[in-house]
Amino acid sequence: MTGIIEAHNLRKNYGSLVAVDGISFTVRKGEVFGFLGPNGAGKTTTMKMIACVSPRSSGVLRVFDQDPDVQPAEIKQRLGVVPQETNLDPDFTCFGNLATYAGYFSIPPHSAQKKADELLDFVQLLEKRDVEVEKLSGGMKRRLILARALVNGPDLLILDEPTIGLDPQARHLIWEKLKTLQAQGNTIVLTTHYLDEAARLCDRLVIMDHGKILVEGAPADLVKQHVGDEIVEVEKSAEVLACLAAHNIPHEVTGDTVQIATDSSREIAKILFNSCQPKKMLTRPATLEDVFLKLTGRTLRD
Amino acid sequence: MTHLFSVPPVSGRAIRVWHRNLVVFVRTWKVNFFPPFIDALLYLFAIGMGIGSYIKEVDGVPYINFIAPAILAISVMNSAFFECTYGSYVRMYYQKSFDAMIATPLSIEDVIAGELLWGATRSVMYVAIMLPVLFAFGVISLPLSLLALPLAFLGGLMFAGIGMCITAITPGIDSLNYPMFLFITPMMLFSGTFFPLTLLPVAFQYIAVALLPLTHVVAIMRMFTLPALSWTILLHLAWIAAVTILFCVMSINLMKKRLIV
Ligand SMILES: Nc1ncnc2c1ncn2[C@@H]1O[C@H](COP(=O)(O)OP(=O)(O)OP(=O)(O)O)[C@@H](O)[C@H]1O
Ligand SMILES: [Mg+2]
Repeated sequence: MTGIIEAHNLRKNYGSLVAVDGISFTVRKGEVFGFLGPNGAGKTTTMKMIACVSPRSSGVLRVFDQDPDVQPAEIKQRLGVVPQETNLDPDFTCFGNLATYAGYFSIPPHSAQKKADELLDFVQLLEKRDVEVEKLSGGMKRRLILARALVNGPDLLILDEPTIGLDPQARHLIWEKLKTLQAQGNTIVLTTHYLDEAARLCDRLVIMDHGKILVEGAPADLVKQHVGDEIVEVEKSAEVLACLAAHNIPHEVTGDTVQIATDSSREIAKILFNSCQPKKMLTRPATLEDVFLKLTGRTLRD
Repeated sequence: MTHLFSVPPVSGRAIRVWHRNLVVFVRTWKVNFFPPFIDALLYLFAIGMGIGSYIKEVDGVPYINFIAPAILAISVMNSAFFECTYGSYVRMYYQKSFDAMIATPLSIEDVIAGELLWGATRSVMYVAIMLPVLFAFGVISLPLSLLALPLAFLGGLMFAGIGMCITAITPGIDSLNYPMFLFITPMMLFSGTFFPLTLLPVAFQYIAVALLPLTHVVAIMRMFTLPALSWTILLHLAWIAAVTILFCVMSINLMKKRLIV
């Protein structure tokens, strides 16, 4: 069976800069598929190619088994897009934004208005219905953009950092809404820098860096495969370091702490207690963040 | 690849973009209704009655009747040009409206075509508000002057296309001042508007006819409002049609080049 999105050796250059460097992936119907990666990894560029607003430089890309270069209007009719940069129409109210946007999909005015009210309710902005979008808070704008992405009843949602700048309540609200949409049969592709969010929402995800896909898989599998079950963190000291080296235990030093990834924290803890005189020590489950940092490094991207 | 002169694939969806601008226009109608109204009165009083009291007649026509079609033609130029330079630039760059639109079934070609149609529509609206004022002052004749409306659309589309080409290549909003005072203002003065072209040196007359779009709009407009039809209207119309097609096509391709990366 072919997926909703098929990419093979997909590439995008901006002049001499290679933004997406030959990536291949398949997004299946009904799944939530995540793109993670440091700033500048090429996530937005990939989203834009899927959304048919930026043409690919080379490679194969098929969305709904159609080519974005050949049938962009047909594909876009079935897409809902939340861009990374908020681009609501400042000349309209919340309601006006949704109704006007529905018009772009050739939805007749009467159904457009009905849909607009339904969606305002869905993202809990009904009390802001007739407020100019300029007067919304950042998080409200983000919710309105999600509502806008739904006006055409899309089969595929492309969400570029949908929860950026949201408070925890709003974030949970969006998560809940996305789960509802998935249950209704939508396919969702999203990017995010919140790794807990990715772990919670995504059925499968890829981690990108420098335009390439580093790994692909289900969040839990990736954690298990690349880090292990648990992390033991010990305060850094000369004794601890010497002792870990003596016992041949692989570890990573980050600032003031030493991290030891392991499948059995008990054993590590025992060794540390018995022979290393650790000051502070804690054990926690390994997370997607550990995988992310392990694969993409700890240095800041410019 | 898109070239400067390739025929852009515009679909009927362009009308959605036109409609969006219309809705915003209607929402703010009070701001939009009065400028043309006041404009017409200002011109009539200042130039028509002020200067007109010294210059009684031009080519046997009362001076105020001579400039009335020029007032209309200048409005056609200004409204479409302004709309498709400052107006479109703000929507493109500051409001990111075009980015939002092309994420829907609208293509960039549809978006720009809709903007051009809207620019031309602004010209028609401006003229439609001015016509009754000019008629009330008895400086234009009906019913032939009603043809000013379709002419406003055609001329408006021409200036919309020229404006949109500039918008597509301007580095920023401040640079839009240059075409304003290097192109629009001279044209306003030297296109047979407030004095006949024949007063200019012959070389300038040729330049005005060959290169200044407003010359042709003024000439046709004057044929309608005096009225004084002549077969030369066909030459003027052909000139306007050719330039309109050329610039509208180029503007869409230039905009695509700027926005689709
Ligand atoms: N319009 C453009 N013109 C030129 N270069 C661009 C353009 N858009 C993006 N790039 C470059 O392409 C690379 C990938 O950018 P992209 O926006 O896809 O990253 P991203 O993964 O979305 O990053 P972030 O997490 O910061 O949003 C970057 O090096 C960026 O500078
Ligand atoms: Mg991005």
